[in-house]
Amino acid sequence: MDFGTIIAGLLTLAILTFLYRDNPIYKLAEYLLVGVAVGYALVIAWKSAMVDLLFTPLFGQGDWSLLLPLILGLMMFGRFHARTSFISRVPLAVLIGSGAGAAVPAMLGPRILTQVSGSVTPLVGTDGLPNWSGLIVIVGVLSTLAYFFFSREHRGSLGVASKVGTWFLMIFFGTTFGYTVMSRMSTFIGRAEFLLTDFLHLTR
Amino acid sequence: MSRRVAQIVCAVFGVLMFLLFFSGHPTAKAITLAITTQYWQVIAAFALIVGAVSFVRVNVKAIQRRQDIPFRAIGLLGMISMPVLAIGWGIGGSSPFLWVFENIQAPMQSTVFALLAFFVASASLRGFRARSIPAAILLVSAVVMLLSRSWFESTTSSFLLTASDWLRNYPSMAARRAILIGIGLGSLTTSLRLIVGIERTWLGGSR
Repeated sequence: MDFGTIIAGLLTLAILTFLYRDNPIYKLAEYLLVGVAVGYALVIAWKSAMVDLLFTPLFGQGDWSLLLPLILGLMMFGRFHARTSFISRVPLAVLIGSGAGAAVPAMLGPRILTQVSGSVTPLVGTDGLPNWSGLIVIVGVLSTLAYFFFSREHRGSLGVASKVGTWFLMIFFGTTFGYTVMSRMSTFIGRAEFLLTDFLHLTR
Repeated sequence: MSRRVAQIVCAVFGVLMFLLFFSGHPTAKAITLAITTQYWQVIAAFALIVGAVSFVRVNVKAIQRRQDIPFRAIGLLGMISMPVLAIGWGIGGSSPFLWVFENIQAPMQSTVFALLAFFVASASLRGFRARSIPAAILLVSAVVMLLSRSWFESTTSSFLLTASDWLRNYPSMAARRAILIGIGLGSLTTSLRLIVGIERTWLGGSR
């Protein structure tokens, strides 16, 4: 067994000790994970953003248009001191403003219009029979939207529609819950398989 | 003053990005590409450096106050070791940097992810009670989905799988579509509020 497998196995067991209760071994592994993850993110960001997107084109190929993002990035360091922290608002403003500007058409197209057009399907099939599933989708979308409509009190027909909407929402939450649990379970099975096969050699 | 400048910069970049979307000119496309692929990435990378420095500061201060010394020290050691390994030996195929990622970070990350299965399941045991019609619908759809994706499904007919697929593809999809439409409308209005300066919470303090 190689050294890497021993370390990975011991750290996996350290994390699993949390199933008993919070303890120093788990806490040690948790702090190590946070530290290593921050270090990893820092290195990857440095390589993929700073070196590949900024320093190489700017200083290697003379692409002076990248001076602006460099200056904006350096302005972020204003955060290090309370007196200069206001400077960091400018790069944040660029991020937030450009993100908001790009989000307007992006939300209109793929988010809203695609979902609306996907919900509207023919209610009678080519064989002349009603398309019950399509009807359920339309009723579900409209009633769920009625549930989230807070400009009027949920009474009368709006009350009935919002009540039906909650039933559709419950089905959504139930199926999403089931999927989440099963995906986590499959990850756990993967970890258990690693422990039993590669680390402890109890199974083949 | 600085708040006003930041607000103006936000509005200018917001309107610029919005207008550029409607232009098919190569220059407009190049500017959009530069902002989304270079500006965003570079500023985010600098922000990450600020976050890492803050991480070091917080932990060093805690060590100076003699709080959780071994835990804070191991966290700092993990954080500092990754850049040191990357500078010393690179981040390629068989580098120590990649070794740490594969044998320390990845196994612990997936184990933490797997741990959540137990906590979600135990919380649902306490929370799932068929006290009302919506609660009963939630319970039944969750149980159908869980059973259809387990060994139990293989021992019975394909009814459970058909039922779970139908639930997922029609009623659940309908609610998902409505939620996505709601998210889209919410994001749209928030973006417009940011651009015109009604939403100012991101500016933070008063200076």
